[in-house]
Amino acid sequence: MVVKKQCVAMLLAGGQGSRLGALTKKRAKPAVPYGGKYKIIDFPLSNCVNSGIDTVGVLTQYEPLELNEYIGTGAPWDLDVTAGGALVLPPYVSGQKGEWYSGTANAIYQNIPFIERYDPDYILVLSGDHIYKMDYSDMLDFHRKKGADATIAVIEVPMEEASRFGIMNTDEEGKIVEFEEKPPVPKSNTASMGIYIFNWKTIRSYLMQDNDDPHSDNDFGKNIIPAMLTAGEKLYAYVFKGYWKDVGTIDSLWESNMELLDDSPQLDLHADWFRIFSRNYALPPHYVGESGKVVNSIIGDGCKIYGEVVNSVISPGVVIGRGSVVRDSIIMKETEIGKSCTVNKSILDEEVTLEDNVYIGGEQKITVVGTGVYATKGAIISEGDMIEPNRVLKQD
Amino acid sequence: MRKDVFGLVYAGEENINLRELVNLRSVSALPVGGRYRVIDFTLSNMVNSGIRNIGIIPKKNYQSLIDHVGSGKDWNLDRKTDGLFILPPYDTFENTGSYNGLVDTLKGASAYIRRAPQKYCLLTGSFTLFNCDYYGMFERHMDTGADITMLYNEEPTCAEKGAHFKDLRLTMNDDGRITDMQYRSEKSSQKKVGMDVYLVRKDLLEYLVDDAMAHGKYNFVTDVLIKNLKHLKIYGYKHGGYVSRLSSAASYQQLNMDFLKPEVQDDLFCKERPIYTKVKDGAPAKYGSEALVKNSLIGSGCVIEGEVENSVLFRGVYVGKGAKIKNSIVMQDSRIYENTSLDQVIVDKRVNVRPYSNLVGSQEYPLIIPKGAVV
Repeated sequence: MVVKKQCVAMLLAGGQGSRLGALTKKRAKPAVPYGGKYKIIDFPLSNCVNSGIDTVGVLTQYEPLELNEYIGTGAPWDLDVTAGGALVLPPYVSGQKGEWYSGTANAIYQNIPFIERYDPDYILVLSGDHIYKMDYSDMLDFHRKKGADATIAVIEVPMEEASRFGIMNTDEEGKIVEFEEKPPVPKSNTASMGIYIFNWKTIRSYLMQDNDDPHSDNDFGKNIIPAMLTAGEKLYAYVFKGYWKDVGTIDSLWESNMELLDDSPQLDLHADWFRIFSRNYALPPHYVGESGKVVNSIIGDGCKIYGEVVNSVISPGVVIGRGSVVRDSIIMKETEIGKSCTVNKSILDEEVTLEDNVYIGGEQKITVVGTGVYATKGAIISEGDMIEPNRVLKQD
Repeated sequence: MRKDVFGLVYAGEENINLRELVNLRSVSALPVGGRYRVIDFTLSNMVNSGIRNIGIIPKKNYQSLIDHVGSGKDWNLDRKTDGLFILPPYDTFENTGSYNGLVDTLKGASAYIRRAPQKYCLLTGSFTLFNCDYYGMFERHMDTGADITMLYNEEPTCAEKGAHFKDLRLTMNDDGRITDMQYRSEKSSQKKVGMDVYLVRKDLLEYLVDDAMAHGKYNFVTDVLIKNLKHLKIYGYKHGGYVSRLSSAASYQQLNMDFLKPEVQDDLFCKERPIYTKVKDGAPAKYGSEALVKNSLIGSGCVIEGEVENSVLFRGVYVGKGAKIKNSIVMQDSRIYENTSLDQVIVDKRVNVRPYSNLVGSQEYPLIIPKGAVV
C-alpha cells in the first residue's frame, strides 16, 4: 500500500567527517554531540518535523552504530508514525549485487525504491553536518511558486570566505545561471547550504542518467546540478536568513558551541519557537556544589559541578571536581574530571576520565581528547594535541 | 522481570497542610527535585521492579496528571500487553463517582483489578517519596508466606519529632510479623513507620475490599489492616534508604532542600534505578556572565543571570541580573526578574516576580506564591 507524501526528506548522514579527527573515529559526523545536549542530526530532523515533513530517510554508511541507536524508532522527534517516520537506510545487497554509496547522488539513486513507496511530488535532500533552524515548508512554497525543477538553499557568506563554498550566481529573479564549486575568484557570495528541493520525476531521470555515466563522481554539487543547468532546467536559489554553521571542522564546531554563550545568541535554543528535539536520558537536574562556580556557560542535566566552569559547554552527566577549572571548552557526556585539573580551550569527547591534577590545553590552538581516554594523575596534554580514543595517558 | 505483579497507585491524596501547593493539584502531582512530580517516583519504582501493568486512581483534579503521564511512554508503559491505565471515578448505580476512603476507591477500580492477569497487587499511596525496587519485598513476601507485606522505614519516635500526618506506627515481632499498628497516634514509641506500600494477593485484596464495603467501612488502614491484624499474616519489610512524607509545606520545603545533599542525591537519583518523567525537550541550562550559583539543583532550560544559593530551580526558570534567590524553590517556567530577593519562598509554576521585589518566608512556614501569580 502506498501512502502518498507530498515531500520526502533524504538526509545524507554517511559522511565520515575526517576533519573532525578523533571525534569521528568511532561515529559518523551527524552523531557528533553539540550544544550541551544535542547531536548535529537533531537539527535537520527537528527542522523536518517543525516543517511538517514526517518521512525522513536517513542514509548511513560510515560507523553507523551510534547513529542507528540514536535514531531508533524516531520517537524523540515525533517521527514514529504509522506511515513514514525516520528510517535508517544503509547500503544493501540487491540480487547478486551490492555496493557502497559512491556519492551523494548515488546514495539517493540506490534508494529510489524507498522514495517511490511514498509517491512524492518533491524530495528534500539534506546533509547532516549543519547547525541551523529552518522552515523547509517556506522553501517548498518558494519552489512551487517559482515553478522550479530544483531549488537550492543559499546563504550569504562573507566575500572573503566565498571561495570555500559552492557559489550560486543568480539573476534578479533568483534563477541560477551559473554554479561554481569553490571558485578562486567568486562572482558572488551566495553559498549553497547543501539543501535541495527537487521535483521527484525530474530528479529521478537525472539520477538514472548519472548512474549510467561511468566517469561521474555521483555527486549533487559536482555532477547533478551542473547537468541540470546545462540541460536548461529551472533552478532557483532560495535565500535563507538566520544562523547557519557548517560544523565540519574542529575550529567551526568549537566556534559554533561558543556562539551559544553569547548574551543573545543568534541561534536561540531556549525559545519555544521551532524547538530542537533530541533523545532525552533519564537524568536529574544538574547540581552546583558549595565549591562550584559557573559563569557564562551551558550545563546539561545530571552534571555535578564542584569546580569552576567559565565560557564552556558541558553535556549531561559530567562531573567536575573541586578545584578544577574548565575554561573555553566543550565537555561531552559522562566525562569525569577529577580534582585540581585545568582544561583550557579543549574538546573532551564522551566518557573521558581525568584523575586529579591533569592539565590540558592552552590559549591558542584547540586541544581534542577522544572518547574513553583515561589520563592518570598529573598527566599533561599539550595545546593543539589530538588524542585518539581510548588511550591511557600517564604522567611523563 | 516480575510478570506476576501489577501496580495500583492511589493518586488522589490531599492534604490541607500543604496549603496553596495543593489548591489546584493532588499531592501526587506536586513538583519535586527540580524536574519531577511525586508520582514519577511512585511509577519509576514500579517500573524499575519489572512491573508492566499499572493502574493509577486519581480523584479530583486529574487533568494535569493525565497530561503528565499521557500514554505512559516516558516510563516505557505504552505497551500492547498491559501498560498504564488511568482509572478516574465514575458515577454508576453502585458507585457515587467520589470516594469516602481507599476501600471504595479500590471498589471503583474493581473492573481493572478483576481483569489484571497478574496474581499479586502492589498497592501504593502517593505522598511518600523514595527510590527503591521491590524485588526484595517480593521475595520476602514469598518466604514468609504473608497475606500482606508492607514497606516501612525507621523514623524518630513521636516524642522525638512530633506526630505526623497519617503516620502509621508499627509494632513487629522478631519474625517481622506486625502485631500492632497505631494510626495518627501522638504517643506511639515505635520507630517503624508504614510507607503506604502493600503487596497482597489480588483475590485477597478483592475479598477484603468487598468485606469492608459490605460492613460500610471505607478506611483501608483502620477497617482492613488494623481490624484484621489477628486473622491476617501482615509482615513488614524495611526500606533503608531516604524517605520523605509530604505532610506539610515545611516537609515539602525540607524534601527539596534534602535534594541538595550528596547522600540524598545518590539515593534518590541512583543510576541503577533512574527516575523517569515527562520529557520536555528543553535546552540545557544557561549561565550568564554575572551568574553565581552555590549548592543548588538547576533544571534544564533555566537561564540564570543572578545569584542562586541553597535552592531548587525547576525547568525553564529565568533568574534576572542582580536577583538573589536563597533557600527557595522555584517551579517550572517562573520568571524572577532583576534585583529581586527571595528567601525561604516556594514559587509555584509560571509566576512572575517583578523587579525589586523582596519576598521572605521562614523555614517552618515558607512563603508560597501560588501558580500563575504576578508579584
